[in-house]
Amino acid sequence: MTDHTEASPTPKTRTNRPGAFALLVNNRLAAGGLLVLGVLVITALAAPILPLADPNATAPADRLHLPFTPNHPFGTDMLGRDILSRLIWGTRVSLAVGVSATLIAAFFGSLIGLIAGFSSKRVDSVLMRGIDMVMAFPYILLALSIVAVLGPGLINALYAIAVVNIPFFARNIRGITLGLSRREFVDAARLSGKSRPHILLSEILPNVLPVIVITMSTTIGWMIIETAGLSFLGLGAQPPQADLGSMLGEGRKILFTYPHVSLVPGVMIFALVMSINLIGDGVRDILDPRLRSGALARPVARTAVARSRKPDTRPLMEATVLDVKNLRTEFRIGSTVLKAVGGVDLHLMPGECLGLVGESGSGKSVTAMSIMGLVPTPPGEIAGGSIFYRGEDLVAAKDSRIRVLRGGAVSHVFQDPLSTLHPLFTIADQLIETILAHQPMSRTEARDHALDLLKQVRISNPDERLNAYPHELSGGMRQRVCIAMALANDTEIIIADEPTTALDVTVQAQVLALMDNLRREKNAAILFITHDFGVVSAICDRVAVMYAGRIVETGRTEDILNSPAHPYTRKLIDCVPVLGEPERRLEAIEGLPPSVDDLPRGCAFAPRCPYADADCRHGDIALTATNGGRAVRCIHPLAQTTEETVVG
Amino acid sequence: MAAYIFRRLLAAIPVLFGLTVIVFFIMKLIPGDPATAILGSYATPENVARINAELGLDKPMLQQYVIWLGNILHGDFGRSYSLNKPVLDEVLGRFSATLILAGTALVLCSILGLVVGIVSAVRQFGWADRILTFIVLIGISTPSFFLGLLLILFFAVKTRLFPASGMYAIYGGGGILDLIHHLTLPAITLAIVATGVIARLTRTSMLEVLRQDYIRTARAKGLSERKVVMKHAFKAALVSVVPVIGIQAGFVLGGAVYIETVFQWPGIGSMLVTAISTRDLLLVQGGVLVVAASYVIFNLIADAVQTMLDPRLRR
Repeated sequence: MTDHTEASPTPKTRTNRPGAFALLVNNRLAAGGLLVLGVLVITALAAPILPLADPNATAPADRLHLPFTPNHPFGTDMLGRDILSRLIWGTRVSLAVGVSATLIAAFFGSLIGLIAGFSSKRVDSVLMRGIDMVMAFPYILLALSIVAVLGPGLINALYAIAVVNIPFFARNIRGITLGLSRREFVDAARLSGKSRPHILLSEILPNVLPVIVITMSTTIGWMIIETAGLSFLGLGAQPPQADLGSMLGEGRKILFTYPHVSLVPGVMIFALVMSINLIGDGVRDILDPRLRSGALARPVARTAVARSRKPDTRPLMEATVLDVKNLRTEFRIGSTVLKAVGGVDLHLMPGECLGLVGESGSGKSVTAMSIMGLVPTPPGEIAGGSIFYRGEDLVAAKDSRIRVLRGGAVSHVFQDPLSTLHPLFTIADQLIETILAHQPMSRTEARDHALDLLKQVRISNPDERLNAYPHELSGGMRQRVCIAMALANDTEIIIADEPTTALDVTVQAQVLALMDNLRREKNAAILFITHDFGVVSAICDRVAVMYAGRIVETGRTEDILNSPAHPYTRKLIDCVPVLGEPERRLEAIEGLPPSVDDLPRGCAFAPRCPYADADCRHGDIALTATNGGRAVRCIHPLAQTTEETVVG
Repeated sequence: MAAYIFRRLLAAIPVLFGLTVIVFFIMKLIPGDPATAILGSYATPENVARINAELGLDKPMLQQYVIWLGNILHGDFGRSYSLNKPVLDEVLGRFSATLILAGTALVLCSILGLVVGIVSAVRQFGWADRILTFIVLIGISTPSFFLGLLLILFFAVKTRLFPASGMYAIYGGGGILDLIHHLTLPAITLAIVATGVIARLTRTSMLEVLRQDYIRTARAKGLSERKVVMKHAFKAALVSVVPVIGIQAGFVLGGAVYIETVFQWPGIGSMLVTAISTRDLLLVQGGVLVVAASYVIFNLIADAVQTMLDPRLRR
């Protein structure tokens, strides 16, 4: 029904995000590892058919040839044996031992893990206690004790390394099994009358298998090192049998004079393990979808700015404390560009409270977070527009200037006070830090000021609360602390991002009343982001309604509440239950807000709008000013009358 | 806090008992019969029975364990037949050398790992991150005993900057400077793998923490980026790194076996290798018990540090 051509994003390469390039490098490393390992494994497997000297044939006359001598590309050792031949045969042994140890550990470890995860609590706890006990040992020490008891030898070393790795597999697999055994498909299998062992094998094992394989790929390199280590100590392979570790151990005795005898096998162990680890890392990167989408990318201190055009220099409104002009904020994820904010204008007068209202995903929070550059980059960036604080363009301001304003003239109150307060610092720490970041005073003075702030937000026992940690306070109290923090440094603008959403209703009302009183007391302007018109009516002087990244209606709160002009505003207002009007129907808005990377042409709300006609789907609809500071982005605004005329 | 540490100490007791059980039963797995081993294969049944009674081997397993444990608790670890002296004397003497080496390595790998991890996280996907990540991968992939040989080759044989072996110089040695001189190479070798593990984990935790809401709050307060990263993010990341440093203590204590052999450091590790070759099992048993117990204590310390950092764990 809509034309998509307009919304097609223009891909653009950025450096600070794991784009195709970084992934390619990662994969290139993995591919390199695969290649090296492949060559080594094939060579080792082909040892019997390669034209190699007998690895154990001693030749006293040919002792300790250096590398690159004829017939001995890697030289000979102290008994005149060809090092190349011994290296290839030794690699064969080391690989075989490493792989066998991994298979044994994986088999028994996974078995224990599967049983523990799928059995009764008692079996589980007995098994896991045992595993914990074994893990209380330093790993290599346990292997040594086992070799001590069984006696030195390659097979005994193999057993020892396998045994000490069993707990690792058991723990991993148990965790996964435990999670799976609570899933619906397992319940379904149970109800269908399958026996428990049968469920374990047919339902759970196939799902656990990939984890087992991944765990094997991450441990095999380690096990090759460990078995080589035991041989190096003389506790593994016994002469004349040789693996890489025992070759290294023998060579060590003549390290000072003929280092090549030990360097060659050492480099081989390194090459084996490094290639395995490269593959393991590559596999993990590919399997970890979080890393791929760039979600684990760390946000930088301030939202990136990439204004392609010079910002419009429309005249500013007189006397505003904040004036946002044509703000565009985008998220770049891979090659897609999400236009979260698509040209927003809004302004705040000193001491005024403006409500920015919309559903989740409407771009209201992104608009608010753009002001002080708190939209996470990557992936966010400000793509256009200007933000004027008392006539100064914040988008163009230096980082140092932004830092002075943040927490000073412009402060924030966020949604969930439990996650927005630092869990490891006391309330005092966090308040004092805010004060000292902006005001030159001693710590004692700052502490007094912090105490005063807690009193202002009406926290009981403020002295005690200062020393409390956030988790020791109730939700309402935590939000009061956040408000106190916002007031710490003579703020002019408070950006409040759904500050009451995470609170229960009675606390909500208290917090709203508190904010309303304090802003009047301090003459601070508030940009209040919410989805709830009930909250708007309690505190806001004016309202701006956002939909799909744009403002669709704005005006004085009472005007909009009384006679919304945009059908979307009307629907939002209808979502609020009114006390004492149980007969009023609460309406959910049908459909979902459009995805901002795929906006319909014309009015973004048209697909959900009962009044939409062909004209609405045509072209861009301007925000048209009407009387009394109102504006609406609709070509069929609702008649400015009472409720009855609207058909539900 | 003190009460918490006391509780953790109590909780460590069963773990210590578990260790003794495992060591006891591993020693019981020894193939062959101790009496025959002592008397030779031509011993008469009467003599075998007499020796078994002397050693308490005719008693039930549980009773044997209790007697054995009683002896251990009294500090009687038996007598080393190869050294012909009490096991405990030898083990304690050697343990201090291991503790110096492992302790230094642990401090080294914690500091290096944390620094590398933080730099990698802060410069994520930048060149510093790429290079460090690659170096860390090389460090994790190099067997420590091979790395030790390489360091000896370059720093002891080629450049003669550091001694290749021992704890003190044989002639005119002694003193803290001499010790540090001898300690440098083995401590670095021992620390490398653990550094890699800690660096990787620190990087991941830092990246995880830097995405949290409270970091946005710290920035919204107008704190400098340095404070945001080094105070707010680092403290939170440290909470998840500290237990892993505790686990690394196990790898460092165990890895000392290789490093002490390579550098001929007179610690428990090199003692264990000799004892295994000479099948001096009582010496092995004593060494393993002491090192395992110290590992439990290292983990206890890590636990306490974690609790100090995170008030939510104090209950």
